[in-house]
Amino acid sequence: MNTRTQQTRAEGVGTGAGTVLVEVPLYRLAHGRTGDKGDISNISVIAWRDDLFPILLEQLTVEAVQAWFALRRPTRVSRYSIATLCALNFVIEGVLDGGVNDALNLDAHGKALSFHLMDIPIVVAAEVAAGLPDIHHP
Amino acid sequence: MDTFIAGCAAGFSGDRIDGVGPVVSTLIERGGHALIFETLAERTLALAQLARNQDPDAGYEPLLDDMLRPCLADCLRHGIRIVSNFGQANPPAAARRIRGLAAELALQAPRIAVLSGDRLDQPEQLDYLRTTLSPAFDTDRIVCINVYQGAAEIADALAAGAEIVVAGRVADPSLFVGPAMAHYGWATDNWSSLAAATVAGHLLECGTQVTGGYFAVPGLKDVPDMHCLGYPIAELDGDGTIVVGKARDTGGRVDEQTVKEQLLYEVHDPAGYLTPDVTADITQVKVATVGADRVRVGGVRGHARPDLLKANVFMHGGWLAEAEISYAGLQAEARARLAADIVRKRLGNTMPLRADLIGALSILGDDAGEMLAALPVGHGRDVRLRMAATHPDRHTAETLLREMNALYTCGPAGGGGVRTSLRPRLNSISTLVPRDLAPASWSFLP
Repeated sequence: MNTRTQQTRAEGVGTGAGTVLVEVPLYRLAHGRTGDKGDISNISVIAWRDDLFPILLEQLTVEAVQAWFALRRPTRVSRYSIATLCALNFVIEGVLDGGVNDALNLDAHGKALSFHLMDIPIVVAAEVAAGLPDIHHP
Repeated sequence: MDTFIAGCAAGFSGDRIDGVGPVVSTLIERGGHALIFETLAERTLALAQLARNQDPDAGYEPLLDDMLRPCLADCLRHGIRIVSNFGQANPPAAARRIRGLAAELALQAPRIAVLSGDRLDQPEQLDYLRTTLSPAFDTDRIVCINVYQGAAEIADALAAGAEIVVAGRVADPSLFVGPAMAHYGWATDNWSSLAAATVAGHLLECGTQVTGGYFAVPGLKDVPDMHCLGYPIAELDGDGTIVVGKARDTGGRVDEQTVKEQLLYEVHDPAGYLTPDVTADITQVKVATVGADRVRVGGVRGHARPDLLKANVFMHGGWLAEAEISYAGLQAEARARLAADIVRKRLGNTMPLRADLIGALSILGDDAGEMLAALPVGHGRDVRLRMAATHPDRHTAETLLREMNALYTCGPAGGGGVRTSLRPRLNSISTLVPRDLAPASWSFLP
């Protein structure tokens, strides 16, 4: 929703123990996909690299995801961790206005919701950020 | 014993139908055993039932002929079993049509098995649901009730010599589990093997979603040759190790990233992925690239199958009205917002109403897309108002369409391109039923 704001804030948010910290959108650290069952959406978040997974575990909490989707009024958010895949699976209930049978949304499945999550800001050390994948414009 | 190999040529009703050729060629080349088509999303079955209500010979996959015509002869000649839920709401009619198609192609009549038991319509079944779901269970509005059946009957039919298995509602992964069970002779309580087969089936059930479909983000997650994506092929060895690949000489990509995204697709608790066949646990799964477009998936664990089966109850759910109008140029968004406000005031609180402002470029663009290609992202000044409403009564729902149409003369300046649609809705309830309420069975098409 406020993608541009998040991206412009993704610079120099502070320092910790002499390390410069910056905010980057989640898609720099992970990729994922949405699935739906009834009024429940699940969104996978899969780290691009194994060493990024601890950052996701620490910052991509149930509370953070619940707050990020607040405008869609989820009734419950659960987080599952699959360490061998360096992946998290979020199960977000009550977020689809009734789901494919009831919603008035053009995207009644909520197929696009993973792309909303992919914009959530994550704080990383500047040197980590410098090595993250990013969108390249040919 | 040779490794079980199966391909998937459709991930939903409405998928591309030209993916099957390369899949079957690759299966022939590699001595593959089964070809599956998954064509039955939850709502698809209810829509098929409505079609069957209109015509007793309808209610199966409308593209059945187009799916099978290019591959039927090759599959029969090379012993590749075809397993699909394309029977939808009318598996016997689909089976008869396949026999007719084989005759048209001058093929020997194939041995076709038809699964049954997914449909709940007997008095004792309805009584059970009425008791457990009351008051949500409204008999007068029922379209269909179907339970998810499993792989055991598919395996039995194949073991008895079926060349084609036509199912209605079965769990999607069971389309793969059934032929794998028949191939290896696995018992129905071989939980670790059934779980591995279930995960392989889960990876294949959405077609190209594991081979680069539904994955691409230009500049970040690029996928080659998406106009000719390869459909997936999975190998499953006797120890439960899966290798996912795709048909040869096709576009797309199979790597750890595409496999992981599909592995978690529509999964809730990864320790308990439930099907009628098994409880699969993917919390220890390991994924590794073992070649070009080849990914090994191992470490799936299995536990006893659930005692209950999932059932979906579909009911008539009133009407969905949708209408759109576009505004372009100066104050486009303000005019679209004004139009939405006008319609809201006109309709009051008669029904739930939603407004969207779809905005990038639409009515200012040309058919060839040249203006769209030239438009820098984020500079569109072309907003389409979409409004949607739902109501049990058709005529009430239609009032939205009339109000949107009236914006031509009564709304803000310069609105154009009104489109309206009115469609019946379906409501559904998902519930769990005891297995003995819905016994599955199969028989050869007589």
